[in-house]
Amino acid sequence: MNKLTQNIRELSSNLLKNNKVDMVIGFKKGTIPMAVSPMAAHNIEQTKEFIWDSNCGINLANFISDKKEKIGIIAKGCDSRNIVTHITENKISRDKLHIIGVPCTGMIDKIKLQSNFNDDITDYSENGEDIIVKSGLIEKNLKKSDYLKSNCKTCMHRNPVIYDELAAELVQEQKIEDQFADVKKIESLSIEDKWNYFDNLLKDCIRCYACKNACPLCYCPSCFVNESNPQWVGKGQDKTDIKTFHFLRAYHCAGRCTDCGACVQACPMNINVRDFTRKLIKDSYEIYGWEAGLDITKRPLLDTFSLKDDDSFIK
Amino acid sequence: MGNLLEHMGIEKQRLHFSWISSAEATKFVNVAKEVTNAVRALEPNNKFVKTLD
Ligand code: SF4
Ligand code: SF4
Repeated sequence: MNKLTQNIRELSSNLLKNNKVDMVIGFKKGTIPMAVSPMAAHNIEQTKEFIWDSNCGINLANFISDKKEKIGIIAKGCDSRNIVTHITENKISRDKLHIIGVPCTGMIDKIKLQSNFNDDITDYSENGEDIIVKSGLIEKNLKKSDYLKSNCKTCMHRNPVIYDELAAELVQEQKIEDQFADVKKIESLSIEDKWNYFDNLLKDCIRCYACKNACPLCYCPSCFVNESNPQWVGKGQDKTDIKTFHFLRAYHCAGRCTDCGACVQACPMNINVRDFTRKLIKDSYEIYGWEAGLDITKRPLLDTFSLKDDDSFIK
Repeated sequence: MGNLLEHMGIEKQRLHFSWISSAEATKFVNVAKEVTNAVRALEPNNKFVKTLD
């Protein structure tokens, strides 16, 4: 068992023992190698199931919306930023939360890792920044840093931005030369090529909505895509409807998306839907100097205005 | 929003923002003209068009 897992179990069981919280939300081992699933521990016995490794990429802030109980939650950098967003958007109050912060060194891109093997991965373990991966045919020692999820490669907030206690020492933040190289690449295309780029990006989308369901920002009880009166967007596989869904889903995340990558990780068709939200992150940063979820005292970006805001687009 | 639409391949000249009071008839006319001229200057739009069968 790694040190982090041990600390998380200990901190969570203390919280429950001292009646500080009604439950702790974290991860347990999944049913296949490298899979983890979110779980809530309601008693000390259950905290023994908690684990932590570089497969815990899903965003746990997704599970605290409108909760009335007192909650303990394990939060890496991006989860903590979504918790901040939840607090500022009144989806949970700060005093209902006890945040166990986990400084993060990045999560694994399972698809990239699997592409190294001809057969299924059967066993996965970590030793610091090295990963040991076995398949039926072969065992490989690999560097975790070569297999990071793409959002983790450009992450500037690996340390939780808000926490009550930490499960490990804070880590060094990354220095990234060009945080938005991927966005700029799309920006440099001609208008037709941009259109075709996103056509091609979405060609496999089956509209399962896993991307929006995995996203902590998508908490409306009834989503515009499900409404039928009025029907904002067609429900079938028409290309126009698929693109409309993705455009609007992304826009609803403007100034809120923390680039946690949960949407991409959840997609069964391996579509990088972050190509939409990344543009919004870049614009929020460049036009308004805004990064989502850093400060619980600041109102959300689209909720505020300043006389200095750029209004050149208004006639 | 305009920026994201453009990022996806919809020409910026198709989306205009303006603030016009109900008393500003002349401004309304001018903006309407500007919008139509800007859109006419582009090729006909075939994006985000759904064909029903
Ligand atoms: S998770 Fe993937 S396939 Fe499902 S709706 Fe989102 S982009 Fe489409
Ligand atoms: S849109 Fe994707 S990357 Fe952004 S907060 Fe939601 S799940 Fe995370």
